[in-house]
Amino acid sequence: MTRILLLAALAVVALAAPFFVYPILLMTILCFMVFASSFNLLLGYAGLLCFGHAMFFGTGAYIGGWLMKEGGFSIELAFAATTLAMAALGWVVGLISARRGGIQFAMITLAISQFVYFLLLRAPFTHGEDGLQRIPRSDLFGVIDVSSNLSLYYLILAISVAAIWFFYRIVHSPFGEVLRAIRDNEGRVESLGFVPERFKIVALTLSAGLAGLAGAMKASVYQIATLHDLSFHVSGTIIFMALLGGLGTMAGPMVGAALIVMLNDHLAQFGEWALIIQGTVFLVVILFFRRGLVGELQAFIRRRSAKA
Amino acid sequence: MFDHISMQLLLGQLLIGLINGSFYAMLSLGLAIIFGLIHVVNFAHGAQYMLGAFVALLLLNHLGIPYWGALIIAPVVVGAFGLLMEQTILKPLRHLDHLYSLLATFAAVLIIEGLMRLEFGSTGLPYASPLPGGVNLGFMFLPYYRGWVVIFSLVVCIATWLLIEKTKLGAYLRAANERPEIVESFGINVPRMMSLTYAFGVGLAGLGGVLAAPIYQVSPSMGSNLMIVIFAVVVIGGMGSILGAILTGYLIGIVEGLTKVFYPEASNLAIFVIMIVALILRPNGLFSSPESSR
Repeated sequence: MTRILLLAALAVVALAAPFFVYPILLMTILCFMVFASSFNLLLGYAGLLCFGHAMFFGTGAYIGGWLMKEGGFSIELAFAATTLAMAALGWVVGLISARRGGIQFAMITLAISQFVYFLLLRAPFTHGEDGLQRIPRSDLFGVIDVSSNLSLYYLILAISVAAIWFFYRIVHSPFGEVLRAIRDNEGRVESLGFVPERFKIVALTLSAGLAGLAGAMKASVYQIATLHDLSFHVSGTIIFMALLGGLGTMAGPMVGAALIVMLNDHLAQFGEWALIIQGTVFLVVILFFRRGLVGELQAFIRRRSAKA
Repeated sequence: MFDHISMQLLLGQLLIGLINGSFYAMLSLGLAIIFGLIHVVNFAHGAQYMLGAFVALLLLNHLGIPYWGALIIAPVVVGAFGLLMEQTILKPLRHLDHLYSLLATFAAVLIIEGLMRLEFGSTGLPYASPLPGGVNLGFMFLPYYRGWVVIFSLVVCIATWLLIEKTKLGAYLRAANERPEIVESFGINVPRMMSLTYAFGVGLAGLGGVLAAPIYQVSPSMGSNLMIVIFAVVVIGGMGSILGAILTGYLIGIVEGLTKVFYPEASNLAIFVIMIVALILRPNGLFSSPESSR
């Protein structure tokens, strides 16, 4: 019951928010919420640290942007095509990297993301250092105009909610159970007759698709796609978001994403200090609050109810 | 296809590749030691290399200590800094998943590089070569200093490899990695040995930084670009394989140089292509031994 009330309150806030807060900031938060959830699926539920997750996000921004600008796609088709394309990339990355677990997976995905970075730097359609500029916000279904910030906000909100619901379904499906089991004890899962490698590849495929969708949405919000979107810096930021909020909790990484986007918005004026503060907070979280904000909160509530 | 490529260009790029390879080898050697012996993926390796270069620069500008002094002092200073990092942020994470120590060193990079940029700006600072002049080899002009870098790093790599594989100290280290309880029962302080191993690997990064100062510009971000290449080298060589890291470092440097001759557009990509192919053909790394494959 409290959960339904909470969700209803959230829905009211989300619907009313653009009248009080700058819609671009809100849309950025939504994009990063989806992106952080896709990362959470890998690290929080499957125990795979993808250290180059920005490759799906950044490439997704380029593909989505290119489809709308040069391909004449309507916005929903551009998003759908990008999601599929990035899922395919995730599958390929999975084929290369899923055999190795833990640390090696992190280093391999980092290196592959660098490879993709240099590849896109050279590719003609990305316009190198300039990035893909003046991306149009194509009409929804080819007829509904979503070029204003407000109408685009509601579209992005609807898609993000759908994406997060999809993520929720994955995590709470039998497939999600197996992923968690792999995270906790891979050998045991293998002995039960599952092939962990296949589950990891599917997880990576789904996660990459979601990250690509987030990237395409961001391209439609800012109307630009640049190499920065797939830089190592973005990969680091997303790890930070997920960890700060709480890995392996549904809401944690989303909370982390919202906080960091807002924090960056405020810290932008401090230049170099922004990164130093981020690094320090990151370090404090790793050393003392590894469960993250939401994780610590849940633990606190559980302790309270155990006492009562 | 070789007709239009001059011998001069080829040999020149080969030599540049060898010099880059020297840095790759030295840095990935330190990374492999740290990973192989204490299971920490030291993401701060590039930042520590940068600190080595800055220590050399500051020693010269403020204390008037020349390059040759810095070659000894800077690695010790950077190694001590590594020890401090180990005691404060890595020790509390020692018994957790290795991912946490990786992320902790990554956070440290953000802080270190940010502070350095705040203090010294982002532009590269020059460091005068201690060995000016050079020799004409016929196909190219070789500055003496670059020749020194190639020889010195080779000596350092071989010495370190011998230290770990052939001496008693190295045997203790490897044993402590496999069965810490048993080594501890011989009266050896394993935690302290692990801390010192980290400091040693970090010191190697600092030494690399001093060597690099006269060749590359000294700047706060000089290590971060190198870092990802070094990671790829360690993956290709087989995680934690010391000999693998050294050989792959030189190999990658040379291959990168050759790509610049034959297909310049792909020179940035070559390393990662090699990594992907190597992973598909030999998932445990080119030079991995069976026991290091976990």
